Amino acid sequence: MATIADIRDLRAYYITDAYGVRRTVRAVDGISLAIRRNEIYGIAGESGCGKSTLLKILLGTITPPLTVVGGSVTYTFDGMPVDMLSLSEDELRAMRWKEISYVPQGSMHVLNPVRRIRDTFRDFIGAHVRTSPRETDEMVRAYLRDLGLPDKVLGSFPHQLSGGMRQRVTIALATILSPKLILADEPTTALDVVVQRGVIQLLQEIRERERNTMVVVTHDMGVHANLTDRVAVLYAGQLVEEADTRTLFAQPRHPYTQHLIRSLPKIDDKSERVSIPGRPPALDNPPSGCRFHTRCPFAMEVCKNEVPALEQIAPSHRVACFLVSERRAEASPPAIELQA
Amino acid sequence: MHQPNGEPLLQIERLSRVFSIRQGLTTRRFLAVDQVSLALEQGRPEILAVVGESGSGKTTLARMILGLETPTSGRLIFKGRDVARLGPRERRAWFMKEVQPIFQDPFAAFSPLKKVESYLYETAYNLGGATRASVDDQVDHALTAVGLSLREVKGRYPNELSGGQLQRTAIARALITSPSLLVADEPVSMLDASLRMSIVNSFRDLKEQQGVSVIYITHDLATAYYAADRIAVMLRGWVVEHGTVEQVLGSPKHPYTQILKASVPEPDPSQKWQDKVALARPEAEEYMQAGCKFAGRCPFAMDICTRAVPKDLPVEGQTVKCHLYDPELPADQRRPDRPQIPLQMTS
Repeated sequence: MATIADIRDLRAYYITDAYGVRRTVRAVDGISLAIRRNEIYGIAGESGCGKSTLLKILLGTITPPLTVVGGSVTYTFDGMPVDMLSLSEDELRAMRWKEISYVPQGSMHVLNPVRRIRDTFRDFIGAHVRTSPRETDEMVRAYLRDLGLPDKVLGSFPHQLSGGMRQRVTIALATILSPKLILADEPTTALDVVVQRGVIQLLQEIRERERNTMVVVTHDMGVHANLTDRVAVLYAGQLVEEADTRTLFAQPRHPYTQHLIRSLPKIDDKSERVSIPGRPPALDNPPSGCRFHTRCPFAMEVCKNEVPALEQIAPSHRVACFLVSERRAEASPPAIELQA
Repeated sequence: MHQPNGEPLLQIERLSRVFSIRQGLTTRRFLAVDQVSLALEQGRPEILAVVGESGSGKTTLARMILGLETPTSGRLIFKGRDVARLGPRERRAWFMKEVQPIFQDPFAAFSPLKKVESYLYETAYNLGGATRASVDDQVDHALTAVGLSLREVKGRYPNELSGGQLQRTAIARALITSPSLLVADEPVSMLDASLRMSIVNSFRDLKEQQGVSVIYITHDLATAYYAADRIAVMLRGWVVEHGTVEQVLGSPKHPYTQILKASVPEPDPSQKWQDKVALARPEAEEYMQAGCKFAGRCPFAMDICTRAVPKDLPVEGQTVKCHLYDPELPADQRRPDRPQIPLQMTS
């Protein structure tokens, strides 16, 4: 499988030094993962787990107080590996929107409120490609039509469109120049459920048509189940489990993943759901050892003192948990059943 | 607490609310809430979910129930009293204690400059009849009912609590006056998915242990199914279907409910969607639609749907506002290619 982005032991912290107090928020603390060409790779986790920071780094928008303190990010777009962290600002700018584009959280609000959609597209495309306004309009109209968006969207201002329509227009804007890698940060949050479904299906269609790669960050496990090929679960700045989507939902191994999935309500099932007590730790002072040990129902002595390594337990399944590695050592039976 | 004489706690009778919007030189009026009639169960506490997408009118309905918005027509009867007829003193002395709100954003409900317990104390003194001797106990009691305690919360500012803890504090504040009814408008949508269940479980506990009824307004069908006894589905100001959650979500009859249910992303990769969904039309167009407001995107639309408003019809124990279920519809009005009862949509 060709890899389009290879992240090795990435560490990125927010370091502030004010009034004599130095504070380090370890937002991304030792993450290694590889994104394969043409897949939709999901990143799951709650607020404060480091997922948005990870996206910022992938996009190359690393501004103080965010600093990369270690690790590497290597992109391979056209067969030539490129060390992203050593690119200049100009090189990064050229890369963005042509090779990599970004659908930010609340992206429906990034459209210029005083420009019609048609003009926003013209401005954007004109900045990257040499065409005439008429050619641009034709290109945009054809693309929007392919995506199932009505023509009249072009003559509208953003406020005249519904939230769902704005979101789709933003996605069209982010993908019209056929970037190879699309990073989407919570693309469906705050959208109605039927609109959400439309957005998810739009992203799938774009991936099919353009044969590009997507990274989708969201805390909504339902979106992951319906959209992604593989999912990585982040907790407190670290990767705790990664598997292809079917496996993750059928056999989650990490206690955090298990709770994340089993605490969700499903229609046609009124049995009690229990949520995890406590909340994710502050990243400026994370717990020692395994960062989940303070909330984990299976925490052992070793979990408080040592950080579990991410281990490959199956061809497409990695977990960082002493419970799992111990059991492997004992050649022991299947996944732990959680008591509700 | 509940009515000994068996009257419903709350009756909503053909409630409507008109809004006027100026579009250039013309003013258009539309019905944000259009002839809604619902009632909470008699004699026992229940959780009623009101679900719908944005622009369905559910928040306007909530605001009218809370007395924050005046209905244009129709009646709201709470514990046998017409809410519109209450004088200002009765509102303060009685209604505001009995019916309490919980809003979507817990961080908007608390000033970042005040310690959270100050809200609890204020409510206890102003509406809860507390004295200096009793106030600590009253506040602690309310906090314990939502799984917190005064010790945990005392001295803290909002930014020191998580979204889930803050929302629970907001619920505790609402409980200080021993209300009979909580009206919660999207209480968990701003919280991470895994924290939502603790709040939703609190509602279930409050109903079972404290006898509090809850009107739970949300666009999240899954938590609605989990938490509620009955459910009303709203579309552009109408209640298009209502009944028990098992009936309405287990076996939805209205085409809109079917699409809603089919659109919920199940956290189960083996059940992905197979077909595509039609885009919604702009709100204004659907509100102004003659006949049935869903006619523009209904897969089962017939001629009559664009001409006549559907009646509320009983179907297998739930109530559905849809021409498809009208036994009196003449055969020539039905399209020969449309089934009489829509088949379950394949999702």
